[in-house]
Amino acid sequence: MNTAAERKHTFFANTVADEQEYVSKTIYNVDHFNLWYGDDQALYDVTLAIPENQVTAIIGPSGCGKSTFIKSLNRMVELVPSVKMNGSISYAGQDIFSSGYKVEQLRTDVGMVFQNPNPFPKSIYENVAYGPKIHGIRKKKVLDEIVEKSLKGAALWDEVKDRLQENASGLSGGQQQRLCIARCLAIEPDVILMDEPTSALDPIATAKVEELVQSLKKDYSIVIVTHNMQQAARISDKTAFFLNGEVVEFEHTDKLFSNPEDRRTEDYITGRFG
Amino acid sequence: MNLVDKQTVQSSMTKRLVKNRLANSLFFLAAAFGIVVLAILLYRIYSEGMGYLDWNFLTSFASRFPEEAGIKAAIVGSLWLMAVTAPVSLLLGVGTAIYLEEYAKENKVTRFIRMNISNLAGVPSVVFGLLGLTVFVRLMEMGRSIMAGGLTMSLLILPIIVVSSQEAIRAIPKEQYEASFAMGATRWQTVLRVVLPAAIPGILTGGILALSRAIGETAPLLMIGALSFIAYLPENVWSGFTVLPIQIFNWTGRPQEEFHLVASSGIIVLLIVLLLMNSIAVLIRNKFSK
Repeated sequence: MNTAAERKHTFFANTVADEQEYVSKTIYNVDHFNLWYGDDQALYDVTLAIPENQVTAIIGPSGCGKSTFIKSLNRMVELVPSVKMNGSISYAGQDIFSSGYKVEQLRTDVGMVFQNPNPFPKSIYENVAYGPKIHGIRKKKVLDEIVEKSLKGAALWDEVKDRLQENASGLSGGQQQRLCIARCLAIEPDVILMDEPTSALDPIATAKVEELVQSLKKDYSIVIVTHNMQQAARISDKTAFFLNGEVVEFEHTDKLFSNPEDRRTEDYITGRFG
Repeated sequence: MNLVDKQTVQSSMTKRLVKNRLANSLFFLAAAFGIVVLAILLYRIYSEGMGYLDWNFLTSFASRFPEEAGIKAAIVGSLWLMAVTAPVSLLLGVGTAIYLEEYAKENKVTRFIRMNISNLAGVPSVVFGLLGLTVFVRLMEMGRSIMAGGLTMSLLILPIIVVSSQEAIRAIPKEQYEASFAMGATRWQTVLRVVLPAAIPGILTGGILALSRAIGETAPLLMIGALSFIAYLPENVWSGFTVLPIQIFNWTGRPQEEFHLVASSGIIVLLIVLLLMNSIAVLIRNKFSK
């Protein structure tokens, strides 16, 4: 109860400092980005800057392009054959669509957690060790440490430490999703993209994942897509509201939810549509 | 205001049910026909062939005398043939499937390859024999050897393996790919660590069924000139050879009545080999699908 008020308070108190920090610490810079699936345009002229070490939430009704947008940030959207893009997205100062840019490097620095838990049909250990292994880490001892650290980071260690060799499909949905987060942490990314990570989970599992997001943000920059506005309000520092492929408003979360500038944002967050 | 007339519904009810029962028995008969014919065949083969089927039959070479004739050379020949065909066809087939499903871009070359794999599947096996004779036996000067026969058989079953491997690969959920790529894995790492482990049961099942087709195939080997009467075992892949179906075919062509019974014994051996291979395929499928 208190925290929300406090945060609001801090936000107003530190507006100037925040602005400065915000300018100097942008991790993603999206500039006039357009995207088409075949002939259907999914994103229109998206321009926004994603801050480092904060939680950025992306909200909007179904089909507004928020998943497409987050999948553009690690170029996963390119798995769709008919996709076309223009404009630019730069990560850490480099254009991720420039010809020399290695997409494998980008995805090593930027981890992703998907809407439905998608562990591999392997053991819990192998799931977490997958990332380090493909990046050439072979030493058993190092792998053991990574697995433990990542599982602890995802608040799953205590639940699975005695059955690391069991198949991951035996875990509950919420545990599987935290395993996917652990798998993502195992390659020590700088950014974690989360595409509606709690939409397939029950409220208790959701609360755990949300708590986790809060604790991760001091080490990682997090971008989270959610259709749950309360969730965005609870866990994010900044929120972007997408509608029909456009960014309607991108603001500090407290401001966006308490005092939206755009009429459409207000209609959406007050539940008048969507 | 009832648009549905209860009277009509009632009067057509019996007719509909009778039609349904009729269809039921019709389809049962269709299914039973094949089984009955197979049962008759099995019974005849069994009653004719059991007389000659003993340990001697399995461990003797071919002979002019039916009571001394054995199938040893043919069994060993078939095994040698499989030893060439299995690795060649699996490597080429799975490789083709991985290329088509994972790497190939949708363009003219890909469409050309796809079309030709379907064409290959439609080519009669005799034509494969001709192909083997022209390319392997003559052009590449392999002679009438196990190598030439094995390569010809590989080509024959290649399309089956390609198609079944493609299906096994396509059955892997898209989420598995996403999980792997999102961690910075390359296409090859994803194939090696995610796709192949998940697809192997399907690939092996298809592969073994294809191999059991190859082990029963006669025509292509007759074309390339596999021997039908040999009294020695092949020493290496360049030796001449015979295989089970050719040996059987040869026996049925003999004038003496007794050799027809010997042929039945040979058929029993061939059927047992085929049954064994199919059971292995089923076992693999069950083991991995758990």
